[in-house]
Amino acid sequence: MAGLESALAHLGSIEALAARATPVHRLDPRAKLLTTGAFLATVVSFGPRQVIPLLPLALYPVALGALGDVPARPVLARLALASPFVLLVAIWNPLLDRAPALAIGGLVVSGGWLSFASILLRFCLTLGAALVLVAVTGFDATCAALGRLGAPRILVEQLLLLHRYLFVLVDEAARLLRAHALRAPEARRPGLRVAGSMLGQLLLRTLARAQRIHRAMLCRGFDGVLRRRGALRLRAVDLAFTGGWCAFFALARAVDLPRLLGGLALGAGR
Amino acid sequence: MHMSDAFLSPAVGGAMLAASGGVASVAARRLRRRPDEGRVALMGVLGAFVFAAQMVNFAIPGTGSSGHLAGGLLLAILLGPHAAFLTMASVLAVQAFVFADGGLLALGCNLFNMGFCACYVAYPLACRPLVGREASARRLALGAVAGSVLALQLGALGVVVETALSGASALPLRSFALLLLPVHLAIGIAEGLVTGAVVLFLRRTRPELLAGGAPAAPGRRSLRPVLVGAALAAALVGGVVSWFASARPDGLEWSLARVGAAPPAVDRLHRLLEGLQAATALLPGYAFRGDAAPAGAAPWPAPSAGTTASGIAGALLTLGLAVAVGAALRLARRADRSPRTPAGPP
Repeated sequence: MAGLESALAHLGSIEALAARATPVHRLDPRAKLLTTGAFLATVVSFGPRQVIPLLPLALYPVALGALGDVPARPVLARLALASPFVLLVAIWNPLLDRAPALAIGGLVVSGGWLSFASILLRFCLTLGAALVLVAVTGFDATCAALGRLGAPRILVEQLLLLHRYLFVLVDEAARLLRAHALRAPEARRPGLRVAGSMLGQLLLRTLARAQRIHRAMLCRGFDGVLRRRGALRLRAVDLAFTGGWCAFFALARAVDLPRLLGGLALGAGR
Repeated sequence: MHMSDAFLSPAVGGAMLAASGGVASVAARRLRRRPDEGRVALMGVLGAFVFAAQMVNFAIPGTGSSGHLAGGLLLAILLGPHAAFLTMASVLAVQAFVFADGGLLALGCNLFNMGFCACYVAYPLACRPLVGREASARRLALGAVAGSVLALQLGALGVVVETALSGASALPLRSFALLLLPVHLAIGIAEGLVTGAVVLFLRRTRPELLAGGAPAAPGRRSLRPVLVGAALAAALVGGVVSWFASARPDGLEWSLARVGAAPPAVDRLHRLLEGLQAATALLPGYAFRGDAAPAGAAPWPAPSAGTTASGIAGALLTLGLAVAVGAALRLARRADRSPRTPAGPP
């Protein structure tokens, strides 16, 4: 129940964020999508125990979020919600891999802790970037970009329809669960049999509503193609955005920037 | 059970993305051949249904834990495998883009684990033979349970194998599988029972809906070799690429079997970039270049305090810089916006 309502709130907040008009929002969605793809490829290309060389890459989601007026708290909250499975798998690394790998003063860090930290950092970077991307682009524009980049049309339309129906159905499911909670206050969750007929009910309501919506769409001239207002146009600033960030990713991949920076700072201090 | 970007190596992620993308385009082509606007609307709404249904947690008897519908099998029963696969693709894409479940690179893996395994393997092999139009309730439930157990076991195995091939976890393949598969057996049985209950409910109330998957029958046979080929290609590409990409000929076996001090495999791309890095680095030969360590003999370069200090200092500076850049950009945007707000006459 709480999950449903928080999911609905999250969907709403993403839409609200995507409706703003900042320079980042005005960039072509294809440029943002491709740049994020390059970012993800760069992040996962680092070795499994590398932590510090990954840090400069945090600049991309941070800068994109700051320029796009995306508040940090909801993004971090969403990451925390998604983290349990990653933690479950990653926690075995420090338990199993105890070979010393790094000494900080007198403290010896094992390889397992390094790879643990690396996995968590990758998790935050990759998923943070995806969340910020959708928050500064909007789901519809992201789908349009996917379509222009070669995704099958039927898949893109499926995504758009799914997203439209989602708000309706999550509401419906929340009503069903509330009704169950009111009638069976001592049962925290429905049992298998009850869940089966609840889901069946949800499906029937879903289908009835879909039929109404589809008829309404046909009345308004729907011919099987969802059209988007305004064509996508690549401008010089889009190319500069993608080119600039890709150059930065290549630099961060080739040169260990934090070490360079640290060496310079310590050298200057001496 | 979503595979995460954090565990993936570029080779595995790329191979799975290509394989799942290929299956999606084949499925899209099959559907386009028989256009039907009603089905497009139905797919959209059923995708949203799966999404909402995943949030209805039910108690799994005897375990004290709870599970939810994964939905791939139910979609395959209602829509047929092609439309079900594309619908699962849309569900997983929304989860990856909007809800941070899995991630964009892991989308290929997730689509394979939860979409392909359920729609193209478990449904035709375990479920469809048992779930006919005049099947008894018992037989239908059995088919749904067999289908979901197979789908979830294959999916969980997919997560295990993809993680092991990527070399991200120190957990050996067998222990990881032992950890994940029994849990998914229980979830699979529960999910199968719920799927069966939903299908029975629909048969009582809207029997015409269950015919949805049936008309695809004539063309299905010709497609099967393509799909089996795609699955084999994915397995082969994933396996072979990782094999060749590992630094040593026995790298795969070694990274799967070794526990403890084993540094994970280095692939060609890493080595290439490593070489580039060594050539261009201003501070060459630093101690914290973990992946270049040879296996076994000298597991790690001796940690040296000097390079570590510069690394830590640099890390703190980098983080500080990133935060400062973020704050500065935010301030700049605010300053940029404020003069424009009192837009009235002076």
